[in-house]
Amino acid sequence: MTENNELIRSSAATLAGKLAAREVTAVEVTQAHLDRIAAVDGKVHAFLHVNTDEALAVAAEVDAIRAAGGAAAEELHALAGVPIAVKDLIVTVGQPTTAGSKILEGWHSPYDATVVQRLRAAKMPILGKTNLDEFAMGSSTEHSAYGPTHNPWDLDRIPGGSGGGSAAAVAAFEAPLALGTDTGGSIRQPGAVTGTVGVKPTYGGVSRYGAIAMASSLDQIGPVSRTVLDSALLHQVIGGHDPFDSTSLPDPLEDLVAAASIGNVRGMKIGIIKELHGEGYQAGVENRFNESLELLKEAGAEIVEVSCPNFKYALGAYYLIMPSEASSNLAKFDGVRFGLRVLPEDGPMTIERVMGATRAAGFGDEVKRRIILGTYALSAGYYDAYYGSAQKVRTLIQRDFDAAFAKADVLISPTAPTTAFKLGEKLNDPLAMYLNDVATIPANMAGVPGLSLPGGLADEDGLPVGVQLLAPARQDARLYRVGAVLESLLEAQWGGPLLDKAPSLTAPSLNDSSSAATSAAGAALSHGGSH
Amino acid sequence: MAAINRDDVAHLARLAHIEMSAEELDRMAGELAVIVDSVKSVSEAAGDDVPATSHPIPLTNVFREDVVGHTFTAEQALSGAPDAYEGRFKVPAILDEG
Amino acid sequence: MTDATLSFEEAMEKYDPVLGFEVHVELNTKTKMFSSAPNVFGDEPNTNVNEVDLGMPGVLPVVNRTAIESSIKIGLALNCKIAETCRFARKNYFYPDTPKNFQTSQYDEPIAYDGYLDIELSDGTVFRVEIERAHMEEDAGKLTHMGGAAGRIQGADYSLVDYNRSGVPLVEIVTKPIEGAGSRAPELAKAYVAAVREIVKNLGVSDAKMERGNVRCDANVSLRPHGRERFGIRSETKNVNSLRAVEHAVRYEIQRHAAVLDSGEPVIQETRHWHEDTRSTTSGRPKSDADDYRYFPEPDLVPIVASREWVEELRATLPEPPAARRKRLQADWGYSDLEFRDVVNAGVMDEIEETIAAGATATVARKWWMGEIVGRAKNADVDPGQLGVAPATIVELNKMVEDGKINNKMATEVLDGVLAGEGTPAEIVEKRGLAVVSDDGPLLEAIDAALAAQPGVVDKIRGGKIQAIGAIVGGVMKATRGQADAGRVRELILERLGVEG
Repeated sequence: MTENNELIRSSAATLAGKLAAREVTAVEVTQAHLDRIAAVDGKVHAFLHVNTDEALAVAAEVDAIRAAGGAAAEELHALAGVPIAVKDLIVTVGQPTTAGSKILEGWHSPYDATVVQRLRAAKMPILGKTNLDEFAMGSSTEHSAYGPTHNPWDLDRIPGGSGGGSAAAVAAFEAPLALGTDTGGSIRQPGAVTGTVGVKPTYGGVSRYGAIAMASSLDQIGPVSRTVLDSALLHQVIGGHDPFDSTSLPDPLEDLVAAASIGNVRGMKIGIIKELHGEGYQAGVENRFNESLELLKEAGAEIVEVSCPNFKYALGAYYLIMPSEASSNLAKFDGVRFGLRVLPEDGPMTIERVMGATRAAGFGDEVKRRIILGTYALSAGYYDAYYGSAQKVRTLIQRDFDAAFAKADVLISPTAPTTAFKLGEKLNDPLAMYLNDVATIPANMAGVPGLSLPGGLADEDGLPVGVQLLAPARQDARLYRVGAVLESLLEAQWGGPLLDKAPSLTAPSLNDSSSAATSAAGAALSHGGSH
Repeated sequence: MAAINRDDVAHLARLAHIEMSAEELDRMAGELAVIVDSVKSVSEAAGDDVPATSHPIPLTNVFREDVVGHTFTAEQALSGAPDAYEGRFKVPAILDEG
Repeated sequence: MTDATLSFEEAMEKYDPVLGFEVHVELNTKTKMFSSAPNVFGDEPNTNVNEVDLGMPGVLPVVNRTAIESSIKIGLALNCKIAETCRFARKNYFYPDTPKNFQTSQYDEPIAYDGYLDIELSDGTVFRVEIERAHMEEDAGKLTHMGGAAGRIQGADYSLVDYNRSGVPLVEIVTKPIEGAGSRAPELAKAYVAAVREIVKNLGVSDAKMERGNVRCDANVSLRPHGRERFGIRSETKNVNSLRAVEHAVRYEIQRHAAVLDSGEPVIQETRHWHEDTRSTTSGRPKSDADDYRYFPEPDLVPIVASREWVEELRATLPEPPAARRKRLQADWGYSDLEFRDVVNAGVMDEIEETIAAGATATVARKWWMGEIVGRAKNADVDPGQLGVAPATIVELNKMVEDGKINNKMATEVLDGVLAGEGTPAEIVEKRGLAVVSDDGPLLEAIDAALAAQPGVVDKIRGGKIQAIGAIVGGVMKATRGQADAGRVRELILERLGVEG
């Protein structure tokens, strides 16, 4: 048990080292995580599907190759045998893919996403599929049709969203690594509120082929982990050009692991975005953010202030572009080729009515809201004022970034304005929910990369705070360089990783009280779980 | 910009092929009115001289060579279909004529 | 159900037609517009598809380079400008043949625009049709309506969907309004579509088989009183899929519109469906989404930039234009102006070229196509090329005549047999027992019988009245039911009687 505990708390980099040195086997590592999932996921509900047999088979294959030695063993990827969880928005052969929606319940993809093919090529055992807000629409996972995920720091609270499942799985030591998708902050904001690391790469840096699209011009797959180096390692597995994605960058992948190992920020200019802190940000968030700035300054970075005046339009423009693209992307879910089909209860049985009934029954409220909003923004007579204007705001935001990056190598802000709020707290107030993404959305609008790492615990509630770093497009390496330095400075201060301070999910007293509270909240939110 | 009302939502729901109850239309109209109001400022943010950005990272001429790749068998194609008949997807009548 | 119509002549007296055409050309690329699945006609349903063509969750499109090049070639052949940069857009509407419930198309940025095509009418006059645009899009799947009458959508219980055609690259060629055609409108309609078909076939970018839907025409017709500038309200007749049907549909719609206008009612702007069997149109399906397709730039695809170098490179590969080709063919074949125009107007130039390529002389090819096949096609009310006569059949028939195996009269009979599906010419000759009798054995028997039956005539011949031989020859021909070679019969009779001819 002690050994298992050590395995599940190890970083991916550490596990990779132990596997290469044959100190542990991939089956042991994978089994340890499967055991952990069995022990805690009843409370956390990070997983929608656990892929036990396949994960162990892949692990066994890695062990066999290592045991046999020779060229095949030499050629094994550094992360071979290191298990990973995959957000259930990404299609996988052999496991269901639901997108957190009833409309895809039980659906199995006949093809693998490009990133999944790359995980398979690296022989990383896939532990299972993680929970998310339906079609990645949300900031709390409460919009999952299969019930919410609970924040491992406080099971009464949201784990962020949409990728709350991936972040919680990593925070709860159910997986060392996970894949997320980030359209407006769905990797970074869950990272912030769960005390984990999440990276949204430059748009086009990681193939979107096989990620069920919400907003095509904003979506990006990225790594979720507990350390900056681990994200760099995973980013290098999944990144790089893919001919199946027309928006995939042709650039060769940078050495991100090397960037994460540079170890200094001396002489770098780090820009504080005036508009992304202060008013509207929780005091504890602001305090931890300022401490990070101090640490970077002490390490030799130059802190400058930059202004991005058009960021104030970013949220509004995002809530026009994202639903517009989503309304079109989600049109294919109609009960004809795959997924749910629901027949109308009365009246004529035409295909049009079957589509209407299927989509009425298969989509949750938030998805419907966004589809209707997007249909509105694209409709005749409104296009120019809504979608057209929002695309112009994108230009303004890009110009703000250009000006800011003329003054600074990387930009810095809190990842989210608050720490994790209580499950149910904002569920009936869509606008309040949307505000969680105010600091993360500009990066998606401009296509620039962003990284969130733990910045400490807020004084008032003891919950994790996230610090966001932003770099110019195609300069993801800078995020890893600065992120790794800040992480080591902070951990030196804390005396270890922030997650050491997270409650043990196997201590009975804590779980009893919180699971009672959360099951009440969960019952109100979910339409029944898949577990 | 005009406010969004219940009739608008009913029309949009028809366009989007989502059946909605009267109660749902009322609720949705209320929620959307708030959201639309909050995004209004966007239309005033940028002047006519600002070009639209549709892709965050500009690329052009991304092509595929005209070479045949993988295909599905009919069985694979239909594997997730709610209804199928003789190798094809089966759907209810298109016109309402009985 | 049947709409009232005026006679064409009366309609023309009262009204001036304005036409417009949207011709969809299916490209013959190896793969689809946005996926690497094969672009093949007529295979098992749902086998020429992959996840992209089925619109599976998570898929993304990637543009076929050859399809872009073919589209640019079409634009150039239509004398269009080629856009320096253009984009794809999404046209959003729900229909079960459209797997994503949007069609990836071009909206406000077509790849080619502002062109023209000079159309030569049957009397040699040239009419210029202005091209508004040629844009790229993807084809939809194929719906089969079941349970109703004759596969019609009306009254069907359910429909079956085959997505093999889904994603096949299309170029849609849209004309500007065509004014001033007057009573030549139906003829111009047919000639225009024939010209487009000829161009894309000549470019090698499409198989251009109308019967397979490679070239499909939507015909817009409106009428206005003579002298009025403003256009009338138009109807759009969909999927008129043969050249003759284009002519008939335009003529019918002119007659129908005229009757509507005469009754004092407004013409309804609507889609009409052409029915070949009744040679009339009916009101199309109501399209509730029709007015709001919510077009927006396709975010999964990036802009296409056609550099001038690329365009010129493609221009250099263009084959001889059809008009120049016609001049060359006429000279090669040695046809008179009138003969050649008849061939062109009958729509059998390609067929004659293929027949010559298969081994026939220009004279023989023309004799068969113009003398035999065009008339039969007219009776069957199909385009001559669709009648089912292969060039090789003509070559085979002609050889049989030249070899003396059959005579010309029999050859036309054999052609009818081929068209009736009875087999190859050789098989039909065999089956119908049509061969010219050339074995002298049975012939001699018939001659002996005829000589024995008419001893008086025999005496006359022996007496030097050779011309009396006709009665004997006639008797032999009667006995052989016309299958004997009359010249040979004469020789044999003279031989038998020992008379010099």
